[in-house]
Amino acid sequence: MSEPQTEPPKRSTLMPSAGAPVGDRLLHGASLFAVMLVLLVLVAIVGLVLSEGVPVLSVEFLTEAPTSDLLGGGIFPAIYGTVLLTLLMTVCGVPVGIATGVYLAEYAPKRSRIAGLVRAAVQNLAGVPSIVFGLFGLGFFVMMVGRGMDAALYPGETSPVWGQPAVLWSALTLAILTLPVVIVTTEEALRQVPDELRLAALGLGATRFQTTMKVALPNATPGILTGVILAISRGAGEVAPIIFTGAANFLPYLPTDARDMFMHLGYHVFALSTQSPNVDQARPFLFATVTVLLLLTFGLNLAAIVLRNRARARSGA
Amino acid sequence: MRPHRTPLTAVLLASLFGAAALVACSGGHREGPPGPPAEPGAPPTAAPGEPTRGASLSLKGSDTMVILAQRFADGYMRSHEGSVLEVSGGGSGTGFAALLNGTTDIANASRPINARETAALRERGTEAVETRVALDALAVYVSESNTIPSLTMAQLSGIFRGEITNWSAVGGSDAPIILYSRENNSGTYAYFKEHVLDGADFAATAQTLPGTAAVINAVSHDPNGIGYGGIGYAEGVRTVPLAAEGAAPVAPTMENAVNGSYPISRFLLMYTAGPPTGTAADFLAWVLTPEAQALVTEAGFFPLPGAAAGGAGGPGSEAAPSPGASPEGTAPAPSAPAELEAGS
Amino acid sequence: MGEASEVVERISGRASTPARTPLGQGFRTPRSHLVAENAIRVVAFAAILAIVLIFAIIAREALPLFFDAEAQEELGGLDALLFARAWPGYPEARHIWQPVGDVPKFDVVPLLAGTVKVTLLAMLIATPVAFLSAIYVSQYAGKRVRELLKPAIELLASVPSVVLGFFSLVVLASAVQALFGTTYRLNAFVAAIGLSLAIVPLVFTIAEDALRSVPRELVNGALALGARKHQVILRVVLPAAMPGLAAATVLGLGRALGETMIVLMASGNAAVVELFDPTSSARTITATLASELGEVSPGDAHWRVLFLLGTVLFLFTFVLNRAGAVIIERLGKRLRAEAT
Repeated sequence: MSEPQTEPPKRSTLMPSAGAPVGDRLLHGASLFAVMLVLLVLVAIVGLVLSEGVPVLSVEFLTEAPTSDLLGGGIFPAIYGTVLLTLLMTVCGVPVGIATGVYLAEYAPKRSRIAGLVRAAVQNLAGVPSIVFGLFGLGFFVMMVGRGMDAALYPGETSPVWGQPAVLWSALTLAILTLPVVIVTTEEALRQVPDELRLAALGLGATRFQTTMKVALPNATPGILTGVILAISRGAGEVAPIIFTGAANFLPYLPTDARDMFMHLGYHVFALSTQSPNVDQARPFLFATVTVLLLLTFGLNLAAIVLRNRARARSGA
Repeated sequence: MRPHRTPLTAVLLASLFGAAALVACSGGHREGPPGPPAEPGAPPTAAPGEPTRGASLSLKGSDTMVILAQRFADGYMRSHEGSVLEVSGGGSGTGFAALLNGTTDIANASRPINARETAALRERGTEAVETRVALDALAVYVSESNTIPSLTMAQLSGIFRGEITNWSAVGGSDAPIILYSRENNSGTYAYFKEHVLDGADFAATAQTLPGTAAVINAVSHDPNGIGYGGIGYAEGVRTVPLAAEGAAPVAPTMENAVNGSYPISRFLLMYTAGPPTGTAADFLAWVLTPEAQALVTEAGFFPLPGAAAGGAGGPGSEAAPSPGASPEGTAPAPSAPAELEAGS
Repeated sequence: MGEASEVVERISGRASTPARTPLGQGFRTPRSHLVAENAIRVVAFAAILAIVLIFAIIAREALPLFFDAEAQEELGGLDALLFARAWPGYPEARHIWQPVGDVPKFDVVPLLAGTVKVTLLAMLIATPVAFLSAIYVSQYAGKRVRELLKPAIELLASVPSVVLGFFSLVVLASAVQALFGTTYRLNAFVAAIGLSLAIVPLVFTIAEDALRSVPRELVNGALALGARKHQVILRVVLPAAMPGLAAATVLGLGRALGETMIVLMASGNAAVVELFDPTSSARTITATLASELGEVSPGDAHWRVLFLLGTVLFLFTFVLNRAGAVIIERLGKRLRAEAT
């Protein structure tokens, strides 16, 4: 039976979209719908949050302390507390993460069992639920380390000094939580550094340590920075690990010591959503706080993505 | 590809570490232990029990009381220069746990301390000392569109135990009853359980919410909802008058709470481990003054009836003559006042 | 050669002078460098130490439940953890979780049921959406579109879970109640939707990687034999990428199990044993831990049961993560073997 010339031949699929039958259209349509759905949700979240939150934003909101019932004022202590927490977390965690990444990329022999164990541990650490980190932070840092320090430094004293929730313990807990991000990005960044540079350095008489420190690491800095930025972004957003290790609903002072408790943007969102005395009155402040938190995490993540793309382009070019 | 020369990184790192070091040693806001400090930059020392410059007090516990406690803290800080008070919630149970651990000076509680907590404190060598700071009527909330006129205590108990599941059984429309309750660390939860449910369990289907405000919010959006909480939060919802055994329905107003005719009224309490000393004693004494009790009304609760300001430390024995009978004598439901008088 | 000279310049400034370097004698590494290298090797164990320590600490708090008679008495017997019992005041045996009261009840079955229900619901919603999106981005989208879409979906991954919980509580719950007329405003279904928002980016990323790594030869071969595009995708690409898709599912499941803030804020937290009705409230293990950990005094039965729950959660997610990692490893081996 001869087919009209305009109808596409049934067997050729060089141009599958030309007169594609139902199956193709269905799959194409369904998968496109799924992508649109995901994007729609993202836009909805961002849009709703920004639309109700941005009108409330002001310089006063960002620089003032909240009123004690959390229904007015600003969120400066929460921003300050978040910055303090991430600062401490970075100082405690990033060096360990970088060292581990360096080990995995530079020093571990191929197919080493220990390196395999370290990588497995990193992957598992990435999958531990955040509330379990909270349990660990409470049980280990606050109870064991803190009480131990109290027993050693202030023997005979009944009220705890270190053995209570504090920004230090929260920072250490979050440092362990964000360790996988830093390790993985450091290892990846180091692997991107071309071997020729290392070989050149070694050939010119550098020790392996010198090669690592002065050739490999500096070239991997953008990638490592990506990991640090991602870690900071998680530190600003994770709430479950810090509920019992140091975050507070409201403090009349700004924390200046490692033993102080702190306010936190993510925790503030949680407190305003669930524990504020008048949910309707708190709504504008809640949305504004979420806006600040969202802008912060988006900003950090975008910076990380840009950095990563630039590093990849540079190493590829 | 150009290898970096990054002095910038070194500068950043150095400043990071420097900032962190500063943070660790600048002296805390928590009152350190008395005696010579072991590290530099520690907080100023003082003899035990004396309020130091920048003395701080921490209050922790009841979510019902957290706003009230914050108003108290604000008022106290304004009239006592240099003092720093921090208030946090978490539930009465959390407050008692913190008192036990020594991580708070004062535990706010919307229920009296129970036997297990008392025993645990005794094991650590102290007794809990209670101060009443305000009066609260535990109100039952329904949506504003719910027109049910009143409930008996028996019906209320049946509803929250899950035995009565439809509004039609208590005089409302034919709709399922949606229960809103508190988390089990809440003093309000424990108080309700003991005095309304007589110790029985809440229905498993009761949704648990983390604060009275969350309960109010949920009930105000749910025409079939019912919840309970301190009277200070009633906004956007209707409170239901309650009828005790064989009595007429009574609304949760101040007079009814004071004269004891409202079946579930309770004192809001503050506990210290041992008799209060130093800043804690000053604060608790201040809380019982008329100036502070005015703040109670602002927060939506009821000020202490004049003569009933109990508690140790000898504060507030200004026995102002009160028009009605004193609450302890005639309050039918909570045997709490009697328990409290017996000493904790 | 400019690069090499820069390298020389940088290292020659700090390199210590070699002990002796006649030809053939070699360069002796200064001791400080060896010390530093060993320090790095030691620090690298931190990750292993962390994981072991986490498990040890939380299991240590839970273990006395199994060995200490006094702790077991507080529980009401070890079997009270799992088996229904006719408690005083109840006409029949039921699973009850009410740890605060005159007679504390520590049956964890409602919590397990709630966790399973919310997690499975979330996976049911998230997995098809994520897989279909991955199919679109890897098979249908052009390069430019892909470079826009991938970061956009990764941006969803960066939204903190407390914000997703807030969104579920404030927006989703009302919307779902308006659309479906559910009895409870906060229920397992709302929590599952919120949870799927957190899982989709994770599953999408891994699935998309897996789909894109299917060797081009397989696709071209199928096309050359006359298959339509949808046939190629469904019958060639998907099966070839199956290990990666399985890994994505497993890792997504692990993430769903461990998510705390979303379920805490959006699920209603009622400890009921109800597996089949998605519109009833549910209480997950993670939400229980987050709500109740603040009020327990260290050492009592409630504390130990909470740590036991934490240990169980840790073990589950550990197993799931291991499984996902092993599957991805095997996938890598298989693809490399096929490519040769």
